[in-house]
Amino acid sequence: MTAVDQADIFTANPLGKDTTIADIKDSFEFLDDWEERYGYVIDLGKQVPAMPAEHKVEENFVHGCQSQVWFIHHLDAASGKMYVLVASDAMIVQGLAAVVMCAFNGKSPQDIVGFDMDALFTELDLMRHLSPTRGNGLHAMVKKIQDAARSAL
Amino acid sequence: MTQAIKRPFDVLSVREDFPILQQQVNGKPLVYMDNAATAQKPLAVIEAMNTYYREFNANVHRGAHSLSDRATGEFEAARDKVRAFVNAPSREDIIWVRGVTEAINLVAQSYARSTLQPGDEIIVSQLEHHANIVPWQIVAQQTGAQVRVIPITPDAELDMAAYQALLNEKTRIVAVNHASNAMGTVNPVKEMIRLAKSVGAVTLIDGAQGAPHLEIDVQDLDCDFYAISAHKAFGPTGIGALYGRKALLEAMPPYQSGGEMIERVSFSGTTFNVPPFKFEAGTPAIAEAIGFAAALDYLNQFDKAQLKAHEDSLLQLAAELAPTVPGLRPVGTAKNKVSVFSFLVDGLHPSDLGTLLDQQGIAVRTGHHCAQPLMDCLGVPGTTRASFAFYNTREEVEKLFAALQKITRLFI
Repeated sequence: MTAVDQADIFTANPLGKDTTIADIKDSFEFLDDWEERYGYVIDLGKQVPAMPAEHKVEENFVHGCQSQVWFIHHLDAASGKMYVLVASDAMIVQGLAAVVMCAFNGKSPQDIVGFDMDALFTELDLMRHLSPTRGNGLHAMVKKIQDAARSAL
Repeated sequence: MTQAIKRPFDVLSVREDFPILQQQVNGKPLVYMDNAATAQKPLAVIEAMNTYYREFNANVHRGAHSLSDRATGEFEAARDKVRAFVNAPSREDIIWVRGVTEAINLVAQSYARSTLQPGDEIIVSQLEHHANIVPWQIVAQQTGAQVRVIPITPDAELDMAAYQALLNEKTRIVAVNHASNAMGTVNPVKEMIRLAKSVGAVTLIDGAQGAPHLEIDVQDLDCDFYAISAHKAFGPTGIGALYGRKALLEAMPPYQSGGEMIERVSFSGTTFNVPPFKFEAGTPAIAEAIGFAAALDYLNQFDKAQLKAHEDSLLQLAAELAPTVPGLRPVGTAKNKVSVFSFLVDGLHPSDLGTLLDQQGIAVRTGHHCAQPLMDCLGVPGTTRASFAFYNTREEVEKLFAALQKITRLFI
């Protein structure tokens, strides 16, 4: 994961700005079955702006995933807020990454380090996707983002 | 030998032998279609292992007491059952290993490392599992040998003309699978072994997918090594067997060292035990060997041709139902296959498909199936793979396709 100094590709992301964790929690309360839950997660993923091709390179690639996943991050010097952008070729992984972006984007490194992602995924009944043994790289991704935030403290 | 009367195959009665199949997953009856990764275990296997631990757990070949005698007897009887299963000439030709992966590493590090010279060639195929690629790459690096690869046709069959062209006087080893884990292709191993012998090459057959589906006769095949894993053939994990031709096993140096594999140890020099014990350092997986034997007994109740006919009918049904799912493309359409149905659906990543099938209680494998060179060659990042065992039903195959139809309707 590299730090990328192009603020616009991060701030254009509605996740964490127009859609918040509170919105996701509210929506989940009204979703009755797996079809609706995963439909919603997939729709969240579709809101993520496309990652410019130049960033889909080896150093941003998450290894050990069943799907292809890249991610980059940005620390806004003026506001001190962090942003993450994730791209995956699998819809559900992209949707779950969108939940992660909602939690982290526009937050201070302090807030990111202190955020309990396990608790959020457990509350949304999505914890199976965040387990370290799951081959989607989400767990490793969350840890790397929190490590980057820690080094920005 | 008298032919015992076989138990007639009836899928519903067979399913009752497998406790794990009687459950719900995500609120739906479990449809287990990841058999090529690992097969489920009949109660007879679970009980055999349980009985060993409850009644006669003891170390083998060592103790001067009754429990050890009984454990040793059952453990060696299990070796006899594996010998019969692959029709090896004698029980000493069967080496216990953890599974096919360890068997191939054993042959690579013992046989190949001690015999290969710079410029020698090892032939594998594009259809191999990583376990039948990486050990050869490592020993090639160690010895200066080269790994050559048999290409495949668009149907994921081995290109036999290319194989013949690869064979030459430098070919020392040919290592291919009996059946492909990712595609199900059954390879013409008997003919391949005959051709390999014509240039004096030694042959190893990866039987991980052969053991659960195909008749194995190492004498008829005339192979030098044949490797199987118990867990893919309804036995426990952590145990498998390597058949080796006696003359080769006798000449090969030990693989791992320690107890059991020695004849006499002194600080002035150690002499090694004879095969198979030369290759079985340390306390073996005793309960697992006993469980493996129970799995073979279980399989031997049936006429294997009946099990295969049922599995073939499931594969045939899957092929018939494939056009009912928009955008579904079968991958690996060889004429001769074991019951593996690998496929892609346009617009849906295999990892998405796996998650959405799991929500409907259907267990499949997604991804590269430990066969990345094969996926690269086919130009796909991976596939979704439904692999059937004899305990799967036609209704389950229909459920798989109904689930796929629902997914394409809702999510594309």
